[in-house]
Amino acid sequence: MSDNTNPTHKPVLLAAKQVAKHFGGVKALRDVSLTIRQGEIYGLIGPNGAGKTTFFNCMTGLYIPDGGGFDFTGTPLVADAPDQAAARGIARTFQNIRLFGNMSALENVMVGRHVRTRAGVIGAMFNSAATRAEEAAIRERAMALLHYVDIAERADDLAKNLSYGEQRRLEIARALATEPKLLCLDEPAAGMNATETGELRELIEGIRGDGTTVLLIEHDVKLVMGLCDRVAVLDYGALVIEDVPAVVQNDQRVIEAYLGA
Amino acid sequence: MDIFLQQIVNGLVQGSIYALVALGYTMVYGIMGLINFAHGEVVMIGTLTAITVAGSLLAAGMPPALAGLAALIVATLLCMALGWGLERIAYRPLRNAPRLTPLITAIGMSIILQNLAMILWGRNYQTFPPLFPKVNFELAGVHFTAVQVIIVLLSAATMLSLTLLVYRTKLGMAMRATAQNPAVAGLMGVNSNRVISAAFVIGSALAALAGIMVGAYYEIAHYQMGFMLGLKAFTAAVLGGIGNLLGAMAGGILLGLIEALGAGYIGDLTGGFLGSHYQDIFAFMVLIVVLMFRPSGLFGEKTGDRA
Amino acid sequence: MSIKNWLLPRSTVGIGLIAIALIALPFALATGGQAWVRIANFAILYVFLALGLNIVVGLAGLLDLGYIAFYAVGAYTWALLASPHFGLHLPVWAILPIGAACACVAGVLLGSPTLKLRGDYLAIVTLGFGEIVRIFMNNLNAPINITNGAQGITLIDPVKIGDFSFAGNSTIFGLTLSGPQKYYFLLVALALLVIVVNLRLQNSRIGRAWQAIREDEIAAKAVGINTRNVKLLAFAMGASFGGIAGGVFAAMQGFVSPESFSLIESVMILAMVVLGGMGHIPGVILGAVLLAILPEALRYGVAPLQQLLFGKVLVDPESLRMLIFGLALVLVMRFKPAGLWPAPERKAHGNPNPEEGRA
Ligand SMILES: Nc1ncnc2c1ncn2[C@@H]1O[C@H](COP(=O)(O)OP(=O)(O)OP(=O)(O)O)[C@@H](O)[C@H]1O
Ligand SMILES: [Mg+2]
Repeated sequence: MSDNTNPTHKPVLLAAKQVAKHFGGVKALRDVSLTIRQGEIYGLIGPNGAGKTTFFNCMTGLYIPDGGGFDFTGTPLVADAPDQAAARGIARTFQNIRLFGNMSALENVMVGRHVRTRAGVIGAMFNSAATRAEEAAIRERAMALLHYVDIAERADDLAKNLSYGEQRRLEIARALATEPKLLCLDEPAAGMNATETGELRELIEGIRGDGTTVLLIEHDVKLVMGLCDRVAVLDYGALVIEDVPAVVQNDQRVIEAYLGA
Repeated sequence: MDIFLQQIVNGLVQGSIYALVALGYTMVYGIMGLINFAHGEVVMIGTLTAITVAGSLLAAGMPPALAGLAALIVATLLCMALGWGLERIAYRPLRNAPRLTPLITAIGMSIILQNLAMILWGRNYQTFPPLFPKVNFELAGVHFTAVQVIIVLLSAATMLSLTLLVYRTKLGMAMRATAQNPAVAGLMGVNSNRVISAAFVIGSALAALAGIMVGAYYEIAHYQMGFMLGLKAFTAAVLGGIGNLLGAMAGGILLGLIEALGAGYIGDLTGGFLGSHYQDIFAFMVLIVVLMFRPSGLFGEKTGDRA
Repeated sequence: MSIKNWLLPRSTVGIGLIAIALIALPFALATGGQAWVRIANFAILYVFLALGLNIVVGLAGLLDLGYIAFYAVGAYTWALLASPHFGLHLPVWAILPIGAACACVAGVLLGSPTLKLRGDYLAIVTLGFGEIVRIFMNNLNAPINITNGAQGITLIDPVKIGDFSFAGNSTIFGLTLSGPQKYYFLLVALALLVIVVNLRLQNSRIGRAWQAIREDEIAAKAVGINTRNVKLLAFAMGASFGGIAGGVFAAMQGFVSPESFSLIESVMILAMVVLGGMGHIPGVILGAVLLAILPEALRYGVAPLQQLLFGKVLVDPESLRMLIFGLALVLVMRFKPAGLWPAPERKAHGNPNPEEGRA
């Protein structure tokens, strides 16, 4: 926990405003409003089916919310435009890892550079000097990121052949390649053992240390409470509480939500 | 006005046939997410089989009604077996393959069936034997034949029975459950292999029926006839909302009407620039427009990819 | 990367041998008659087409079943701009780009409404589009005669560069080359060009984006790829190549008619890409050459063989050939889904994760 930083003084990075989403009869999100401040590690928890992933999907433009919306760095996010969300600086990982299986680990991260680079087909066909320079820079940056998440030795292996933990790291590297202001991780510790979780924790703290805000969905309550500056709890699509871990942990409604699930 | 009513009647007849074929596409797609490209070929095999059976029985002196019944039974059984075999041999081994794989297999099966038919029946057009009385009716200035009446009534009856089957029987319930969520249906004890086979078999029976209708209506058949028919029927299924039975029926009829009216008026609409031989483009125009503005079809629910 | 390794053989000897073989081939074939050179030309034209389609299907994973329509657009563009039909005789450097551009525009027109749809819808729409194009070519002879209908357009100009015509015999450096032999070298040059383009695109920013979309479209969106535009680009690129191939086809044949552009041609080119090894350039080349030669082999082999065995031709060689295509598609999908010569890295590891199939 970082009691020494008082997050309320930091500017708001992302504000969700009354976000609603339903699937047929299922109300996956009910007017959820919350704010994430710059430099935070912000935890989003809740029982299975509470709507956490749906929140991510709405924020990153994969789903169109049925109501409400998001402000990012003070301006609204366009709904239904995942590429714009990424360009604005929101990157994510997926709960059920989604890598480009038949591409190498390095190529996966290089794809992450897409949104920050420019080369087009004409340049590629003529192999122009500018294209070559950009290509070299992409490769170098991608390699550096593989080193950063500690899987550089797997650079040339196909993503689908990496181990589970390596795949999780690769997904984070790919997300980081887009130079996000906000990195959203959907259950990154799922299926990891204690050592791996420990390493992941260091990685996340390192990322925050580099100035990136982190939004973390996680079922591992110990990890969340230990790592996050603030935590929001969703239950049946509704926000139960948004506060520092110490308060959240002892909130009666939160305990009920978890016991009731 | 006469042209208008006449084209409505023609469209209704053609549309009933589309609807029967579209049901086959929609059932298979709804349950396993596959466009069964070879379905149009099943229709073609149905027509050609019926021609051969009815033709030879008639030649042997059997009365038309009996010959027709025998042709219907043989063609239907053969097509059902074909549909079942198609799924077993070609598609089932690919259940977990990437999406494009079964699609390409389906194209391959369609080519195989077409060329088998060509080897068996030859390149030439086959004439449909005179099974139905050549009676013409006239009502309010609109002409129609006995065959047209039979087609509309028979397909209406068939669609009604199918609806009852799907909404009133255990098999139908299993089919709907599998279409909703194969994994959950499996957990609840539904044998998904059986359900999928059933969809293919029922779809193929409808295809055989439709095939005989097309043959009787146009009095002519050909080994390549299944392709365009299948494509249009698929369009009808998409128009109605793929995976939705009622949608397929409505889509089929609607497409038949659009085509008939389009063909009747295209000359006027384009100032004589395009003639009725452009009839075939309507289906694709409809397809593209529907997919652009309402990809889930007229009756389909909106679905998104799960992320 | 393995592909590079293959195409840039470790030794220059390898390149040298391939080059010598490619140069010697038309002369060797000519000893058996110019017909053989023409067959080789068509094989190379198919290589060109298949590699163009490979961008769309192999790299971007978009199942385009109407590819032949773009080929048709290119062919008709050439036919209309360089034949007595309209009395126009534009030079090659003008027509070829116009043909490519027309095909490209057709690709964008078709692609923009449909590319946001799921893959199998795209397949059916492109298929329908191919048929629409053919119907128009067949019927646009009245009231204004644009395409000359089913008769097609004849007396199309050959490729001419300056005063040098690719039709008829000519002598270069004391060597007499026939028309087909000259086209052979033109086609080889074009094929090399499309190979280089394929290779460069594959390892470029856009090429990676295509592959990412092929692998997982949702993840591709999430990392910021504008999937619609990037797919449209693949579509347009493929269409342009189809347009160029069509132009060369028209010039080489001197004649075009709607018959050459039936759906089955689209399926054939797709089969070349798929059977050879989607996305793997040497595989696609292999697939194209195999499938282009096979019908000829069947034509010359099957009928005499049946004569010999049964005393008469029982099965039409044409439908036998199609039957074999169909079977090949089904069997390869079943037993070698990555194609006969897949990219080596993919070979050992069976199916990609099954989730990819359904989203
Ligand atoms: N694409 C979809 N279509 C239909 N229902 C959906 C879809 N996505 C989510 N849901 C439903 O919305 C609700 C919330 O799901 P969501 O995945 O957001 O939960 P979650 O909090 O991420 O749960 P978990 O901890 O299990 O990942 C669930 O009832 C789920 O079934
Ligand atoms: Mg979740």
